[in-house]
Amino acid sequence: MSTATVSHHYSSTGLENRKIAIWAFIGSECMLFVSLISTYLIYKDRSVVGPYPHTPWTDPSTGHVYHAILNIPVTSASTFILLMSSLAMVLALSAVENKGKPQRNLGERILGNSKLWLFMTALLGLGFLGCQAYEFTSFVNEGLTIKTNLFGSTFFTLTGFHGAHVTAGVIWILTMLFIDFKRGLGPADALNVDIMALYWHFVDVIWVAIFTLVYLIR
Amino acid sequence: MDHSQSHSALTPAQEAAAGHEHTGPGWSVYWKVAVVLTLITVGEVWVYYIPAFVASRMFLPTLLTLSAVKFVIVVLFYMHLRYDSKLFRVLFTGPLIIACCTLMALLFLFGHLHLGHGG
Repeated sequence: MSTATVSHHYSSTGLENRKIAIWAFIGSECMLFVSLISTYLIYKDRSVVGPYPHTPWTDPSTGHVYHAILNIPVTSASTFILLMSSLAMVLALSAVENKGKPQRNLGERILGNSKLWLFMTALLGLGFLGCQAYEFTSFVNEGLTIKTNLFGSTFFTLTGFHGAHVTAGVIWILTMLFIDFKRGLGPADALNVDIMALYWHFVDVIWVAIFTLVYLIR
Repeated sequence: MDHSQSHSALTPAQEAAAGHEHTGPGWSVYWKVAVVLTLITVGEVWVYYIPAFVASRMFLPTLLTLSAVKFVIVVLFYMHLRYDSKLFRVLFTGPLIIACCTLMALLFLFGHLHLGHGG
């Protein structure tokens, strides 16, 4: 579809119906993630066997000592990566919205490069997923799987769902980047990028909550 | 009744209301927001490593407050909810309030929250 033929459909509210839809979707996703977080918090500290998130545990049958399993430095780094990806995403949206406007200096040319910011967002999203893959692998190697205890079940379900959302977001961003390379994104595409950006920021704010409730609060 | 109309038929005010022509912030605000988010995250992790603070009654409220501030900042500035239609705010905050109330009710029912010290 060429940019010249793009049309937007407005509801009786005067608002774009796709934007209403994404906000309604985000509202429903809030309920999904809060239910997963609720499950995690309810079963927190109710695991019969370890490993535990914040305290060491000694297996009575083998005498093996399991350390507190959560790796706060790695998760802090991945949180920072995801927050920076949100910054890259708003810059990508701004670049698409302002495409075609005169760029007077190098700074404006960099800020106006939608390909650069979409690429950076996807790269940072992949960086976050890499941190999560490292975390999951190290947990499994240390003896915590989704079947080990209540903590493992609820933790992997919650963070796995979030990781799946990040993966979907990265695919979405890469698709938009492909379109940008193929025909260029302009102001006529701003709504599509805006909807994608809303989804990405939502994934970010959910991680803000998960980071505090799961990783930092003992 | 067909509620759709072409993009070109809209006035600038309608387009702004539709939410895809942001009159919101630019780079000058975005990087400041990023710095604030980073500093709050550093603060959260910092207090996590202070045993005396972790043991104090301020630990949980502090972390929850810092997290809520980050959440609100991202929603207001990066998701542009501060500059967008009120309907979007309703669509987002409505389910969020219901979800948070459900969370509190579940935590209360399962004994993680207590209304008082009596009984």
